[in-house]
Amino acid sequence: MENLLDSWGLTAATFVPMLGVALMMFVPKEKEDLHKKIALVTSLVVAVIGVLLLVQFDLDATGQLQFAVDHMWIDVINSHYAMGLDGMSLPLVLLTMLVVPLCIVYSWDHFPAPANPKAFLMLILILETGMIGTFMAQDLVLFFVFFEVVLLPMFFMIAVWGGEDRRYASLKFFLYTLFGSALMLVSFLSLYFLSGAESFVLTDLAQAVAENGISRTAGLWIFGGMLLGFGIKVPMFPFHTWLPDAHTQAPTVGSVILAAVLLKLGTYGFIRIAIPVLPEAAVEWAPWIGLLAVVGIIYGALGCLAQTDMKRLIAFSSVAHMGFVMLGISTLTDFGINAAIMGMVAHGLITGMLFFIAGSIKERYHTLDIARLGGLLLKAPRMGWILGLSVMASLGLPGLAGFWGEFPAILSTYNPANGLPVETFRTYMVISALGTVLAAGYLLWLLQRTAFGTPTEEFADLDIPDVTRHEWIAWTPMIALILAIGIYPNLIFRVTDGAVDASLNECLQVNTQEMSAEDIEALHCAPVYNLGSGAHVVDEHAVSGD
Amino acid sequence: MTDLFIFASATAELAENVLPLGITEGGAWLLRNAWIIPLIPALSFVGILFFGKRMPRQGAELGVAAIGIAFVLAVLTGAAWMDHRDNYHGDEVTQAVIAVDHGDAADHGEGHAPEHPSLAVSNTMTWFQVGGMTISVGVLVDGLAVMMLFVVTLVSLLVHIYSTDYVGGDRRYTHYFAFLSLFSASMLTLVISENTLQLLVAWELVGVCSFALIGHWWEEKPNSDAAMKAFLTNRVGDMGLLVGITVLFFSVGSALPDAFGSFSIATTNTLANSGLLSHTALLVSATCLMAAVMSKSGQFFLHTWLPDAMAGPTPVSALIHAATMVVAGVFMIARLYGVFFEGFSIGGSSINLMAVVGGLTTLVGASLAFVQRDIKKVLAYSTISQLGYMVLALGVGAWTAAVFHLFTHAFFKACLFLGSGSVAHAVHSFDMKSDMGGMRKAMPHTYRTFVIGSIALAGLPPLAGFWSKDEILAGTGGWGLFGGTGGNGAYTGMLIMGMVTAALTAAYMTRVIYLTFFGEFRGHGEIHESGPRIVVPLWILAGLAMVAGLFNLPPGFQLVPESMQERFGHYVEPAAAYFPGISHASPSWSLAIFSTLVVMAGAGSAYWYYFIKVEAAAKASGQSLTELSNGPTSRWPLAKMGHNLLENKYYLDHLYTGIIAEGTKGPLARAVYRFNQQVIDRTVDKVGETAVVSGQFVYDKIDQLLVDGAVNTSGRLASEAGGELRKIQSGKVQSYAAILFAAATVLAGILIVIV
Repeated sequence: MENLLDSWGLTAATFVPMLGVALMMFVPKEKEDLHKKIALVTSLVVAVIGVLLLVQFDLDATGQLQFAVDHMWIDVINSHYAMGLDGMSLPLVLLTMLVVPLCIVYSWDHFPAPANPKAFLMLILILETGMIGTFMAQDLVLFFVFFEVVLLPMFFMIAVWGGEDRRYASLKFFLYTLFGSALMLVSFLSLYFLSGAESFVLTDLAQAVAENGISRTAGLWIFGGMLLGFGIKVPMFPFHTWLPDAHTQAPTVGSVILAAVLLKLGTYGFIRIAIPVLPEAAVEWAPWIGLLAVVGIIYGALGCLAQTDMKRLIAFSSVAHMGFVMLGISTLTDFGINAAIMGMVAHGLITGMLFFIAGSIKERYHTLDIARLGGLLLKAPRMGWILGLSVMASLGLPGLAGFWGEFPAILSTYNPANGLPVETFRTYMVISALGTVLAAGYLLWLLQRTAFGTPTEEFADLDIPDVTRHEWIAWTPMIALILAIGIYPNLIFRVTDGAVDASLNECLQVNTQEMSAEDIEALHCAPVYNLGSGAHVVDEHAVSGD
Repeated sequence: MTDLFIFASATAELAENVLPLGITEGGAWLLRNAWIIPLIPALSFVGILFFGKRMPRQGAELGVAAIGIAFVLAVLTGAAWMDHRDNYHGDEVTQAVIAVDHGDAADHGEGHAPEHPSLAVSNTMTWFQVGGMTISVGVLVDGLAVMMLFVVTLVSLLVHIYSTDYVGGDRRYTHYFAFLSLFSASMLTLVISENTLQLLVAWELVGVCSFALIGHWWEEKPNSDAAMKAFLTNRVGDMGLLVGITVLFFSVGSALPDAFGSFSIATTNTLANSGLLSHTALLVSATCLMAAVMSKSGQFFLHTWLPDAMAGPTPVSALIHAATMVVAGVFMIARLYGVFFEGFSIGGSSINLMAVVGGLTTLVGASLAFVQRDIKKVLAYSTISQLGYMVLALGVGAWTAAVFHLFTHAFFKACLFLGSGSVAHAVHSFDMKSDMGGMRKAMPHTYRTFVIGSIALAGLPPLAGFWSKDEILAGTGGWGLFGGTGGNGAYTGMLIMGMVTAALTAAYMTRVIYLTFFGEFRGHGEIHESGPRIVVPLWILAGLAMVAGLFNLPPGFQLVPESMQERFGHYVEPAAAYFPGISHASPSWSLAIFSTLVVMAGAGSAYWYYFIKVEAAAKASGQSLTELSNGPTSRWPLAKMGHNLLENKYYLDHLYTGIIAEGTKGPLARAVYRFNQQVIDRTVDKVGETAVVSGQFVYDKIDQLLVDGAVNTSGRLASEAGGELRKIQSGKVQSYAAILFAAATVLAGILIVIV
């Protein structure tokens, strides 16, 4: 069993959904119940594999790739089928494996028009393969393929099951992300050729860059391409405009998956590929990433305040929340990237919950116009309280998951990695702290206008059913996790910490204050890290220098 | 942070590089396990949430029982602490020390203790590990924490009992008790917090309970508006808390050899006291933390949420917005006093941010209390004013006076709030001018306890408020007459502000008593005294308002034996390395007599206006009057303007709600969104359209002629990968994809060639 898991675990986790898809292809469209059952069982099998992987995962070696497999795949271009799981990918893989079955359960009885569960569920399963594969791939070509596999099912989900403006939204989503992918591919290819690596496997690439070196200009361009590719997916300001449209038009489940997992593919790309492979370019880009992140935090929050549609508001809040994630990443510190992964998981759970609730409200009221809602707590008290809890989690209330993505990110900004401008980042810290106020503003305003007060006249006599059984099943695990991570954040940090530490270049992290000049010399760090030479080190702790 | 502590006896060589923290990991079981006290109401919260509705008394019994047990435990813990304080001799084996980065600091941290030091009890466990460091969670139990445990559990217990009557039959009775329990748990966690991160968590949790309870009747928009305002204003201050804690975290880390940061309160304070932290860092963090204090503890100019918070049920106002949560800011200053004392250079100065904020707040609160019709709003502004006293006291270095005032204020202000609730329960209104008057006959118990609370608040001897307020005034060190001085500096300005407030306080409370209990009843219906579950808590609090002052009789007070002097200070004020070396002011008979005369003057002038002039006018007109028709505001334009200024609350609400909040929500947010749609998004659309057009051009003119083969190849690859999906793919998407990938290949080639 153990051996089987070691050699086949990751492959199984990735491709079992495709087995489900293959099976469903042979079942006629009319047998809807059978389709639902196959899809659910498939996703549950994947989840069980996930649990087995988690049980077998060595928590004392989170920095190493576990269950790794590496076979030659396309030998013309030296691409490998290399998969692996470490502390950075594990939480996101598990998140994916959790969200997919919950989405299937949620849509059990009410598929969005034009129904057709067969196609809908097949798309969800294809999505799952793409998402899990992206988080596990250790080869850039493989990563790229999985990254793109995600694109089409989501495109169809929006284009076929979406709202009124679905054509525009889906095409925009598709083209925008495809544009990013193209640049990403440019970067991957250039990286491979310029570094002279043996293969597209990440470790080979990183090693080649470290040993053979790569010109500063090339590094900056390549990182820039990845920045666009991943940044569009995140989405970072100013490449975010596809997101509100896609979210607003997507069916509920599509929005949930989009928010919970898809956006994380971008941020994951930064911490898995861009920063470990090109640390020096990362140092030079980081202040700009940080700048876009804080602009996104404030801008997204202000955008939220202008919304009249609940779903669009939640979508815009993603821009702000992912800004915190990017801010943590831009510090290039262990602390900040841990916070970022925590932020990804928390945002996935919390915003996923918010989209679920928005979907359920839409189903009951047939509108998401905030001005027409109100008094949800009177009509459906349980749903109202769940909305309240999710809103509180989203605004970063301590004791709930969101806080542990937000506060550590702000904290890490005070002391960014070697080579980053300290004053600039401290300015970012203060601005991002302002973002927490605005977040409270738009979220509580949303809560006040939808949940508090009394129902508007048009809905005063409408019978609004409270949380249904399927909703309970779908929501309970997410709420439980929001609470559990909030109370005991070590659930995530324990897993991620070692991996993040291992992924970061030593030059980013060393504390030069404690070291002699010779020791610093011995590290052979590039000038970009600004390590100085021991005796006349630039004081990182500006305010403690006095 | 346990791993940072090493024990001094173990490594004598390290002696030069370690600082004693003044905390011990030993001590009585009750002290080490004080975390049980917040745990009980926390469990009660969960219990009420899941089973409350099914219980015979809808969950209230669980809440009352839980807080009752917590209270008993708090009392026992208090007794254990008294024993610990007097009898626990921390030797080098049990006193925790911390390794520091520089060896020259040992001589800074030495005792402030005339007697043997009071070793705080610390007990921690790992919360989580991140970035190569361990963050712990635990308890730090010392006199301050124990005192807070006692106050919080006692007031909370009385409020619980009171509420079973007051909110009886409420539409969300169970929910109300659930949140009371959650609040108690959070507040109790806050006061025993071992580190600033834990403090931050509890700080926000009490905030959210406050939000939920202010908005308890959220069907009405003003209530949810008030709740929003409270939460948002506090968020503004919390920005300061986040930044301040962060700055402290890293500056502490820079002084430690083996960690890049630390949240530990004892470590932070000790390092601050020992001069190992840079003054700049301390000033920055103290200023940031001050913002959090200003919002949480209702200090000018972030106090505006507190009067609105009176929209919540009255027992909530008594518990959260008078006795406990709003003092969290004061508590935080007291807890991190090393940081504030050094950061603001309180010792030997005569002015600093904290003292000024406190002084202004106390005046602003007292002046606004004058013009309120709503009895609860008077009390709310009074609370602001009294919190200002506490912050002022901390600002001038009178730590014990501030904490003692916190202690006494909790009792008499809770008594007054619950008293106002009792009145309102009878007349179904809080409006003194239109619905009250002459209620002393119908409600004798409420009347008497309210008067006792008022006298205690006004600060007339020998009631509680007198002693604590007098200590604060003496602590300013500004009273040069007859030798009563010797504080941390000559804060004469603060003494004057405190004196003026004393007079104002006596005057507005006299006004409230007249409007509520004297004259003729102006409301409707029959009124009668409240039931025992309301009256008994009132009397308990009134009793404490009478005697609480005796716990800290001034040193050298000739009328009592020395063993009865300064008991509160002895047990509450830390004599340990984590507490700064403050100087204590010596009390003064002349100051006490003078301040009493000032209070009597304030009360007397209000008495003359209401009890004599208004009463006479009322008799003459045969109506029940609340003011003179030809009073000063109608005669003097300047008084009229002043009155307008007060009626409009110094126009701060217009600024915050009308200009800042509306401006952000309205024009600014709309402008940003318009920019988003018209500029960024339109650019995206334009780029897309241009790409389509040029793509068409490329396809027609170049592709077909030149690179046909290349595109065919990539198109074929895409088809093969697409497999089954090909059937449902729209041709449009496929061709976009093909063009993009072809372009990508070309671009990659260009990049490789160029760079």
